[in-house]
Amino acid sequence: MSNEIEPIKDPGLPAHVHRQADSDPIAARRAERQVAILFGLSAIGTLLLIFSYIFIKSDKYIFIPVIGETGAQQFGLGMGMAIALFCIGAGAIHWAKTLMPDEEVIAQRHEFRSDDEDRADFVKTVKAGASAAGLGRRPLIKRSLGAALGLAGLTPLLLLRDLGPLPKDNLQKTSWKAGTRLVTDPGDRPIRPEDLEVGAVAQTLPELAPGEERTLNNIGKDAVLLIRLRPEEFNLDAERLSWTHEGIIAFSKICSHMGCAVALYEQQTKHLLCPCHQSTFDVTRAAKVIFGPAARPLPQLAITVDANGYLVAKQPFTEPIGPSFWERSS
Amino acid sequence: MTARERIAGNVAGYVDDRTGAAKWMKKNLTKVFPDHWSFLLGEICLYSFIILLLSGTFLTFWFDPSQREVIYDGGYQPLSGLKMSAAYASTLHISFEVRGGLLMRQIHHWAALIFMVGIVVHLLRVYFTGAFRKPREFNWIIGVGLLTLGIVEGFLGYSLPDDLLSGTGIRIAEAIIQALPLVGSYIAFFAFGGTFPGESFIPRIYTVHVLLLPGIFLALITVHLMLVWYQKHTQFPGPGRTEKNVVGYPLMPVYMAKAGGFFFIVFGVTAFLGAVASINPIWLYGPYTPGQISAGSQPDWYMGWLDGLVRMSPPLETHAFGHTISWNILIPGLILPGIMFTGLALYPFIESWATGDKREHHLLDRPRNTPNRTAIGVMALTFTVVALLNGGNDIIAQRFHLTINQMMWFSRIGVLVLPPIAFIITKRLCLSLQRADRDLVLHGRETGRLVRMPNGEFTEIHEPISAEKAWLLTSHEQIAPLELPEADNAGVRHPGALKNKLRNRISRATAVAVPKATETERRELEGHH
Repeated sequence: MSNEIEPIKDPGLPAHVHRQADSDPIAARRAERQVAILFGLSAIGTLLLIFSYIFIKSDKYIFIPVIGETGAQQFGLGMGMAIALFCIGAGAIHWAKTLMPDEEVIAQRHEFRSDDEDRADFVKTVKAGASAAGLGRRPLIKRSLGAALGLAGLTPLLLLRDLGPLPKDNLQKTSWKAGTRLVTDPGDRPIRPEDLEVGAVAQTLPELAPGEERTLNNIGKDAVLLIRLRPEEFNLDAERLSWTHEGIIAFSKICSHMGCAVALYEQQTKHLLCPCHQSTFDVTRAAKVIFGPAARPLPQLAITVDANGYLVAKQPFTEPIGPSFWERSS
Repeated sequence: MTARERIAGNVAGYVDDRTGAAKWMKKNLTKVFPDHWSFLLGEICLYSFIILLLSGTFLTFWFDPSQREVIYDGGYQPLSGLKMSAAYASTLHISFEVRGGLLMRQIHHWAALIFMVGIVVHLLRVYFTGAFRKPREFNWIIGVGLLTLGIVEGFLGYSLPDDLLSGTGIRIAEAIIQALPLVGSYIAFFAFGGTFPGESFIPRIYTVHVLLLPGIFLALITVHLMLVWYQKHTQFPGPGRTEKNVVGYPLMPVYMAKAGGFFFIVFGVTAFLGAVASINPIWLYGPYTPGQISAGSQPDWYMGWLDGLVRMSPPLETHAFGHTISWNILIPGLILPGIMFTGLALYPFIESWATGDKREHHLLDRPRNTPNRTAIGVMALTFTVVALLNGGNDIIAQRFHLTINQMMWFSRIGVLVLPPIAFIITKRLCLSLQRADRDLVLHGRETGRLVRMPNGEFTEIHEPISAEKAWLLTSHEQIAPLELPEADNAGVRHPGALKNKLRNRISRATAVAVPKATETERRELEGHH
């Protein structure tokens, strides 16, 4: 016995095992019948689809166990289509598996690499082509072509310029001005402090001038949340405290993280939570971030009451609302 | 010759006279395809893409991609009289008035989810079996491209109906664009035609969703399939299968019937889901307005890991020289995904650089026989799964009575700690499985039959395993680690010594293996028994 280590040998492809249908004509006939039954079932599925489309009213509901109340037409159409398609597939595969030849075949692979001669020829052709064009010998053409192509590449960028206006100070400003009334959303009713009980929250927007339309663009910047606490519950510096009115504090509703509406208020803890990424803001400390990915508090809107006793903004927001951007200074 | 055969002959002759296709067809109609259930994963992607094209075309006949404001007066009473965009109103119209419209919407959405699941599982199959190795690196890169585009295409698709949930998703996308240093607010204003939300975004992404991206998909899928065809499919190791052959079934008729049948099965299952499983019921969410939101806002699953990364990000922002950089958005939203997808695309090249293996491979690896690759894959998967779980942290916290804080801190720590642990455990498991394979070949299968010897000792009877199985467990190659020169004979450092040292180290880690059983050892053991 030699000292060489002998690996375990490849026994080769296992011998083919015939199926029942290969040798037994009865089994073959049975398989044929099964395939035909599947195709027949598919036809029934299509009939169900046609029936549902024409005869079932779209407002009819039926009770299906597990799913519950469901539109009868939608269910009939879908099940009909599912049965029709699935049974064609099942039939075809059953046919292939039971009646079509099942002997494995072997094909040979060939290395993709071309032989050395072809490769050398290829390189030669490329070199010959390149030298015939003479780019290397004519630097003037090469450089001017490069510059022209580079410049032409700017065209699509330039043509896309008119996709939108420049931002200018659009991200910095909202519609709130000194004296703008806060109105309810929905309803557009002005609010008096006594309309809000302690613990209440209200979603508000700036009052529209007559004839002005409310657009989503405005709502996206102007939405403000009013929350009423007991004044002694605040933990604010003197300036921020002066921005509140009788325990009512106003924040931008647009999250300082990614601009979702900060809509969840927990009355017990006095926390505001953004449902998108769970940034949590403490209302008593001027919406300071106490948890989550937001890096800045929600901007606070200074409020007071006007001569008629309605809540108004004392001044515009002192910082941009919503998510951060490069030109934002704080 | 029957009439039918004569007609078939005439048609074939007609085509061949004009194209000379007979030679090519003769060869390719009998092309051999190896059979394995995991090779169907890519097919599922292809078929769900076709379903997406068909159902999507149907939807375009009624969908109005416009953010023009309309007052709803359609059949769904709860929203009657409400202001909404024409896009949302037409989606309601498709759902309630067009017969089969809701079914097609649900089929379209389910097919998109199946498409993405298919891509990811197909990618895992290709990765863990090493099917991406030479000569298939191009196809791997195309696949990573398809995955990336699929995520974008899916996001744009569920943004189109302009309901409250999808509008919230667009708002977040806008914030990511806006966070780009220097150009962010400009790109955001160009994309949205001004202030968010504007009236331009949905018409624009509609063109991208139904024309631009599907066109790119078609081109990439075509190249992907042509390469599979031309390079021939990989096959799992087994008796009679070598690097030089393909063992399987011919295209005509077996594979045609099976693959064609499988298309109908995928379509049938998707239709079944569309019929019974409600998905994205936009009429419950209401029209989009930036001032409102619903609790538990979730993206589709293939975006979930990205949202999860954003959620777990620490609150980092830099304010300096009158400018702001939002690390809390840039890192999880752009930088980390960039690193993940670049690493994924380059993996075949990294591995062949580390192992020095530049040969063609057509036989697949069993994952246990490449412990390093398998462990890296499980590590990346663990990272993504933790991120994905955190993408649903609010729902999970609610269902399992946890607090959001617990979930978030679990993810923040877990996303850093769990992947390396997963790497170590996986590598150990692979080596243990190799050891088990070795034992099986050398000592045979445990039969469970206990025998009492004359001296009172109990032993279990082992039966030798079949020659086929023994071959399967030992046919893999065990590559020796690289030994690149770090210093020459005189002890002087080589140029590039540091690089060589690194490669040597990685390749040593890659080559760790339990020596596979050999015939020689087997015979020796038999001698002892």
